[in-house]
Amino acid sequence: MLETVAQAVINGLLIGGIYALVSIGVTLIFGVVKIVNFAQGEFVMIGMYLSFYLSTQFGIDPIASLVITMPVLFVAGVLIQHFLIRRVLGPNDMPQIFLTFALSLLLLNLALMLFTANYRTVHTSYSDEAFHLGGLYIPVAKLIAFVVAMFLSGALWVFLHTTDLGKAMRAASQNRDVATLMGINPNRVFCVALGIALALAGAAGSLLMPFYSAYPFVGQVFVLMAFVAVVLGTLGNVMGALIASLMMGIAESLGIQYVGADSGLLVVFAMLLLTLAFKPNGLGGGRAR
Amino acid sequence: MLELSGVSASYGSVPAIHDVSITIGEGEAVGLLGANGAGKSTTLRAISSLVKMTSGRIRFAGVDLSTLPPHRIPELGIAHVPEGRQVFPEMTVQENLEIGSYVPRAKAERRRTLELVYGIFPRLADRKKQLAGTMSGGEQQMLAVGRGLMLKPRLLMLDEPSLGLAPVMTDVTFEKIGEIHKMGTAILLVEQNVSRALSLVQRAYVLESGNVIMHGTSAELANNKQVQAAYLGI
Repeated sequence: MLETVAQAVINGLLIGGIYALVSIGVTLIFGVVKIVNFAQGEFVMIGMYLSFYLSTQFGIDPIASLVITMPVLFVAGVLIQHFLIRRVLGPNDMPQIFLTFALSLLLLNLALMLFTANYRTVHTSYSDEAFHLGGLYIPVAKLIAFVVAMFLSGALWVFLHTTDLGKAMRAASQNRDVATLMGINPNRVFCVALGIALALAGAAGSLLMPFYSAYPFVGQVFVLMAFVAVVLGTLGNVMGALIASLMMGIAESLGIQYVGADSGLLVVFAMLLLTLAFKPNGLGGGRAR
Repeated sequence: MLELSGVSASYGSVPAIHDVSITIGEGEAVGLLGANGAGKSTTLRAISSLVKMTSGRIRFAGVDLSTLPPHRIPELGIAHVPEGRQVFPEMTVQENLEIGSYVPRAKAERRRTLELVYGIFPRLADRKKQLAGTMSGGEQQMLAVGRGLMLKPRLLMLDEPSLGLAPVMTDVTFEKIGEIHKMGTAILLVEQNVSRALSLVQRAYVLESGNVIMHGTSAELANNKQVQAAYLGI
């Protein structure tokens, strides 16, 4: 009994690390640029396909391929901010919502055309490996993904709290006009925020590849979880998104174990509804970071 | 050093200031006085490029400000302490001060300026690690002024520093502003508290409905019947 619970918690925690990478990106963009990026999941998808082709064409290990997927997606984020999002930032939210929504649909359909709807997998030497601890089963690929995800989240936290550019991003998220009075160029900060968020999505893609299939709609699974985590963890709060993601991974996994194989999301959305009803500002109740 | 000539600016179709001309010399303390909605804050926002002017010209130390985006103004040495303090609430006192010296010119001297600011406002030094949003209004005002000083400004623009402060805190704030001025920083002070402002500045402009209606030395304005009746309650 206890062992089953522990196993479910471990499974949830490990996948929660991936949710964290996606939701931190969403919350960072929301906090700094004040837009909701509906296309965040599609960048996970792109990260997976990039990783898939680097692995099958060039024999690069999918996890190691994040040293390529992250910079590529960082640049993509900067370009998307500079050439697209910048044009729709203004008092009216609607163009922003439709822009990222349209981007999501465009990337989905582009992926369908280029890669077809087939599931793509990469089989690594460690894909089937696992540690056995007592009666518990810990898959190596998921453990690596979790550790790297936690490392990247920690690195982002350090960046936001110790570097001038990181502090400038937090300042801009708390008061954009006054940040400008400090000499902070808003567009530059927004470009970096988009770049980091997409790089994290790319990392999530690479980390998923050894144990998850790539297909055009794969991003939807993760973006859904990310939006819930972002709300639970208080919009714009990186640490909140991280903790909420891990909690949701565990809730989903316990839901699968005890409610039914298809009911994992039921538990997650019940959590969301209860949070919105009783703690509408998120579980921490605080504001941006 | 700073020269506004015939500056007009508007929010949408509503004109906020009209044909405003102001000069401030090196190291001078100048007041911008008037009632609520007279256009005082808009004048500061026009200097900081936060509102676009519709006509006129603003020059600072020989540079034309009208073509510069707002984030390029601070590096020229203009610090703008906005109305209502507006510290970064979820950052610590020290982080607020550090970000005040974000521009390269000020960053190079950050350590020394930080010591100077903590010297002027010892209270901030005691609260270095505290989140700015959790401090009292008076402390936040000190932080906002300190953050402005971190830029090593040649001109410090203060928008209603006494707003919402208890009289004792107002005394302290004005005393500190006087100290900063004596150290050689030019001050442009926006105030509704006219008698208080006139005791600090050398010259002042009086704004009404977006127009400069009067200009003179502090002594001249303090003795002016119209100013006395409208703003000093004499």
